[in-house]
Amino acid sequence: MSPQISEAIPDLARRVTGFAYPNEIEVHWSILIVVYPYLTGLVAGAFILASLVKVFNIKEVQPAYRLALLTALAFLLIAPLPLLLHLGHPERSFEIFLTPQLRSAMAVFGFVYAWYLMVVLLIEIWFEYRRDMIAWSESEKGPMRWIHRTLALFSKDVSDEAVAVDRRGVKFITVLGIPSAFLLHGYVGFIFGSIKANPWWSSVLMPIVFLMSAIVSGIALVILIYMVVLPLTGRRIDMACLDRMASFLFYAVIVDFTLEALDFTHRLYESEESIKILAEMVTGKLFISLVVVQVLLGMVVPLALMVLTKLLSFQEDLRKLTIFASVVLIQLGIFSTRWNVVIGGQLFSKSFRGLTTYKMELMGLEGFFTALVLLVLPFVVFAVLFRVLPPLPPAPAADPEPAPRG
Amino acid sequence: MDRREAVRRVLAWFGAVFAGAGVGDASTEVAPGARGRPRSYGMGVDVDKCIGCGQCTRACKAENDVPLESHYVRTWVERYVVTTDGTVRVETIAPGEAREHPVEKDILRSFFVPKLCNHCANPPCVQVCPVGATFSTEDGVVLVDSARCIGCRYCIQACPYGARYLHPVTKTADKCTFCYHRIQKDLLPACVEVCPTQARVFGDLSSPASPLTRLRRMRKTFVLKPGLNTEPKVLYTGIDGEVR
Repeated sequence: MSPQISEAIPDLARRVTGFAYPNEIEVHWSILIVVYPYLTGLVAGAFILASLVKVFNIKEVQPAYRLALLTALAFLLIAPLPLLLHLGHPERSFEIFLTPQLRSAMAVFGFVYAWYLMVVLLIEIWFEYRRDMIAWSESEKGPMRWIHRTLALFSKDVSDEAVAVDRRGVKFITVLGIPSAFLLHGYVGFIFGSIKANPWWSSVLMPIVFLMSAIVSGIALVILIYMVVLPLTGRRIDMACLDRMASFLFYAVIVDFTLEALDFTHRLYESEESIKILAEMVTGKLFISLVVVQVLLGMVVPLALMVLTKLLSFQEDLRKLTIFASVVLIQLGIFSTRWNVVIGGQLFSKSFRGLTTYKMELMGLEGFFTALVLLVLPFVVFAVLFRVLPPLPPAPAADPEPAPRG
Repeated sequence: MDRREAVRRVLAWFGAVFAGAGVGDASTEVAPGARGRPRSYGMGVDVDKCIGCGQCTRACKAENDVPLESHYVRTWVERYVVTTDGTVRVETIAPGEAREHPVEKDILRSFFVPKLCNHCANPPCVQVCPVGATFSTEDGVVLVDSARCIGCRYCIQACPYGARYLHPVTKTADKCTFCYHRIQKDLLPACVEVCPTQARVFGDLSSPASPLTRLRRMRKTFVLKPGLNTEPKVLYTGIDGEVR
């Protein structure tokens, strides 16, 4: 045994309180697997917000519709990266597409992802932007002209009939997209919820809890982007739109909170074999991230802020402030939710006799900085998309661009 | 065919005949194909016979190139100590370690439990593998194809027994194979071979003449975590409810 290894063993052994099977001392799913469901949740949530506009014809939220679509696309493009970087053999990842083992929940990933990206998001965005891309390409010069022409697939028909087809296309894809968004994130929940070996994960509620928290995080993200991007680009925030989105967020948080409370109560009431070790984990190693960050800061405080905003009819500026604070806290809370599911599920031994510790690397491939880059990258992609497919009507006194359709 | 080739073929033929006619130990089983009938391999663990010497863990590491660190194991031995007030203490015996434990007055009983992959008939690891790299053989052994495994570690999460780890060199999932390379050659798994007290018994669960069948006939056997319906093929005798 090398000296480094023999030195490492007592260090590893110190990570365990009580007893854990030897192979459990190392936490196998790292911060990257926390980032993955967080990103897909944002995609699903942002898309569902966009769908509300089209399917239920909620006109107030129309100004944020394209922002929501681009947000979903930017995050979806980055979502598989943490998975890929986490694999022991990323060069074999294509096997999931080519030779999937269809009894595996994870094998469906390729199909769900491809369906959502290719069939739902890209087609909806294409129908939504086609007329504008044609108009832009006609007034532009240089590479942007060719980019828009290519993205419009060289179509040039802007007749009323063609635009009506676009509208019907958007509507149809949106209707198809809602169950797809549910599928995308519900399926991520199923990956965890179907592991019968792990009582922290194994729950029929898991896909639904994942889905609701996805809706919460997605709406909160679109609000955040809306509140940052509009002032940055010299536009005024449409308060009717903001209030309506905040209202959706409020109801989504209530449903999410109720579901998580139900899950918690159910576990406590059933009090199965694992309850002692889970209780030890929640009151010990997960206390800060679960009780303080997820529940208190990420749910109770934002809920209280939103209730106050509704009850006390705050002025516009104060409303903006409380909504902004709420959505930032909610993002923190939902990231913490993902952390508590993924990391929490690996902290206790399946012997139910002890807890291990997750020591996150700083610099490694599965470390803190990689995770940070993966969380920032979608915003970079969003910035590019924002430039290529402007989602907002021209700012007052800005260069005249064709206004997006309402 | 030249003379050299003819001699080579004759020798190969004789070699095959002698290998086939070799009479193994009564507890030795042969992999499918060698005798035609599909087997259902399993292992019996007689907890009352285990002395916690850890030879099995050491032999396994040497035989299967398992990393030496104690948190990478295909098989391991747990020591259970039940005290008079009902408290249960569990610890893993380090590979090859045979140490004196201090005499404690409040011990009600203490025993050792060897652990390994249970080669479940209904294996959750096989179910969750997204690329089919983990699979059950015809003779009931659960194996990992390291040339196919993508290293996603879903199987490690799905195993209720903590039997899998990610090999730090190959970056693929690794676990006990019942020493598949040995049992195909009429040899016993390394852990069974070295066990000084015959606490481990290897055999064909479907054969009436198997030592494992004999164990099942003579002793009450149990499996770990039966509630999970994984149908383990590692059978324990002499354990009680404390063992998970």
